[in-house]
Amino acid sequence: MHVELKEIRKYFGEVKANDNISVSLEPGKIYGLLGENGAGKSTLMKILSGYQPQDSGEILLDHKAVDFPSPAAALGAGLGMLYQDPLDIPPFSIIDNYLLGRDNRLSLDYRTVIAEMNEIITRYGFEADIHAHIDTLSLGERQQLELVRLLAGGAQVFILDEPTTGISVEQKDVLFSSMRKLAHEEGKTIILVSHKLDEVQELCDHAFVLRRGKLVGQSTIPCPNEKLVEMMFGQVPTRRERLPFDLGNPALELINVNISTYRLNVSNINLQIFAGEVIGLAGLEGSGQGILLRTIAGLIQPESGQVVVSGQDLTKSSYHKSRNFGVAYCAAGRLEEGLVSKLSLTEHMLLAEPTHTFMIDWPAARERTNSRIEQYQVVGQPESTADQLSGGNQQRLLFALLNPGLKVILLEHPTRGLDVRSMDWIWEQMYARREDGTALVFMSADLDEILERSDRIAVFSGGVMSRVVNASEVSVDQLGHMIGGQA
Amino acid sequence: MNDLYIVSFFASAILNSSPLIIAVCGETLTERAGVVNLSLDGSMLMAAMSGFIVAYEMDNIWLGFFAGAAVGAFFALIIAFGSIRLKQSQFAIGFVLTLLGADLSAFLGQNHTRLPGPSVAHLSIPYLADLPILGPLFFDQNIIVYFSFVLVAVTWWWLNRTQPGLHLRSVGERPEAAFARGVKVNLVRYLYSIVGGALVGLAGASYSLGIKIGWSDNHILGLGWIALAIVIFGGWSPVRGAFGAILFGVTKGLATYLQGTFPGVSIQALNSLPWILMIMVLILVSGDFTERLIAYMPQSVQDPLRRQLRLAPPLALGATLDEE
Repeated sequence: MHVELKEIRKYFGEVKANDNISVSLEPGKIYGLLGENGAGKSTLMKILSGYQPQDSGEILLDHKAVDFPSPAAALGAGLGMLYQDPLDIPPFSIIDNYLLGRDNRLSLDYRTVIAEMNEIITRYGFEADIHAHIDTLSLGERQQLELVRLLAGGAQVFILDEPTTGISVEQKDVLFSSMRKLAHEEGKTIILVSHKLDEVQELCDHAFVLRRGKLVGQSTIPCPNEKLVEMMFGQVPTRRERLPFDLGNPALELINVNISTYRLNVSNINLQIFAGEVIGLAGLEGSGQGILLRTIAGLIQPESGQVVVSGQDLTKSSYHKSRNFGVAYCAAGRLEEGLVSKLSLTEHMLLAEPTHTFMIDWPAARERTNSRIEQYQVVGQPESTADQLSGGNQQRLLFALLNPGLKVILLEHPTRGLDVRSMDWIWEQMYARREDGTALVFMSADLDEILERSDRIAVFSGGVMSRVVNASEVSVDQLGHMIGGQA
Repeated sequence: MNDLYIVSFFASAILNSSPLIIAVCGETLTERAGVVNLSLDGSMLMAAMSGFIVAYEMDNIWLGFFAGAAVGAFFALIIAFGSIRLKQSQFAIGFVLTLLGADLSAFLGQNHTRLPGPSVAHLSIPYLADLPILGPLFFDQNIIVYFSFVLVAVTWWWLNRTQPGLHLRSVGERPEAAFARGVKVNLVRYLYSIVGGALVGLAGASYSLGIKIGWSDNHILGLGWIALAIVIFGGWSPVRGAFGAILFGVTKGLATYLQGTFPGVSIQALNSLPWILMIMVLILVSGDFTERLIAYMPQSVQDPLRRQLRLAPPLALGATLDEE
């Protein structure tokens, strides 16, 4: 299907989210839509998929002007959007989720639907136990099921919003090969919204670059990374060299730690981490890294073994006790676990501080909040509530709430969904904390990030910490093989 | 207790719980769509009062049932309108309506208290009523009992096996996603608020026309709260809710029986029996013990069983959605 966007404008108050954007997309091709966080990519795609109306401008499908009152209408016209957070219904079974909005008869026809789903699933190389429930699936699996649903709904144009955030390497490969098949063999139009250059280089035929709401350039792919980066940021950002750092005393020791949970048993973890050291936990999603982080944080009690922080045994400590002792944990779910969506930044700050007074000195608290959000460049006021911030700013707030002088910081996907520049900036802040003798332990699905940011890497597969390597001594390929369980 | 007595004891427990089953089904439908109708205690009183008066004045019990349903639906509509359209707290509105219903029903029904009036006739189902034990329990009852059982089956089927039921559940779990799939979220919520409210009204009228016949001040005060509690106890499933209602009816009957046998024990103590039993059942089905029991079962039934025993409210219960 031929898609054309003509002079699309969308303003939110003073902010020009989309400023006169025109693009034209041919069937059978994969397009990349690049831009840093807040460049206007998501807004443009929400307009195209019927989620938001544009202020002015036209959408043309096969040269006919269209207007979508709702996302369902857009899908009816052949435009399917895959959201970063899949718009499915977690408590439903896969089949119910698939049926919603498809079968219009009174009584549901399960038999035909199972056959239909199985057919699509095998055709595109997906994998799913279709009798399971959505809330037991990984993000990647949910994404595949959304694609199945869009395909069955007759989508001709697929919009993928940051689809590789939070999914495993294998799932990414499956996703990309299905996209190639859809575009190059079946003539569908595909739009990949991303801020990751490698992905666009790997998958796309053509890229559009947005900056501050404007279309600032386009290019056929392959094209040199530098050129795309320059279009995205206006200049090539320079990355400061990481300074070598002298490690201190052991900050965190894990001795024969065994953890048993409903989903996975993590066994026999032995690891010594020094003050100022950065340890990356690599592994497929659900291999035990997250469980280990939660155990160190005191959210899960280990079955046996010892967790020692700065010489103090915290094995049986509660989360709060560990936290007071200087162990900080940043969960991946920003609004689910990290922040309280309706509380203001000042209130967050007050909650995060190590000591509490009965009466609150509000002016002083606002003052402290102001200086903290300035330091961490959070775009927001002390009075703004957490859910008013953009995703990237919520992430910054989460880091801004970390108190000084911590012993261990545990990070779950610290830069998920952030662009290169914000990512660099966050890591700079984290490295600065090494001066306090803080040890950093983080997990990430992004192998490049793990290689680049860690001193040592602990590789996990199936609940076992299979090896610990120096980051400078392995390549991405080797690491990829290791987390796959190969030598 | 001899055998005959035991059967008739359970038969009357089932009869007494049947309006509760109807109210539980209604409220389950409403809450599964994401709306909480907290006004049950007030709207059931209003429905019991208006159902009896209409049936008495018109000398027609069916008109009485209809009036009860209409009153229940109207109360529910106020809550739906207030929360969806006016964006007010549905809990606050429901609570105020509860208080209003108790006083308003006493005021409007003041000239019709303690009057003998029409009531639902006993209706044996031929052949089935002659079955041993099952016959007297389930088939030698009145229309309210039969309706309540059919309603449980239909509600379950509607929720789990039909397209409208799928829409209903999706609206209660994740309205944003339902909206994106083309479901008219607020329309669905209005609809099931009204349907659920009408069933709650039927339940109220069932009391005054079939169980505790007639009208008096605060006639069935407290039963609405019991229905709300049973919806939660039943984990928002009509079938488990019906079991909860019957369990309640049985323990209530037991309390009455024990009172006759042990006149020395205070009635308040005996009346608290149903609650203690319910808490014990809840602890039993959701506790460690059951988890260990499940672990012994074959792998393939473990997850479905856990899912069945789960007591999770609809994710978007009480939340509203702005349709753009």
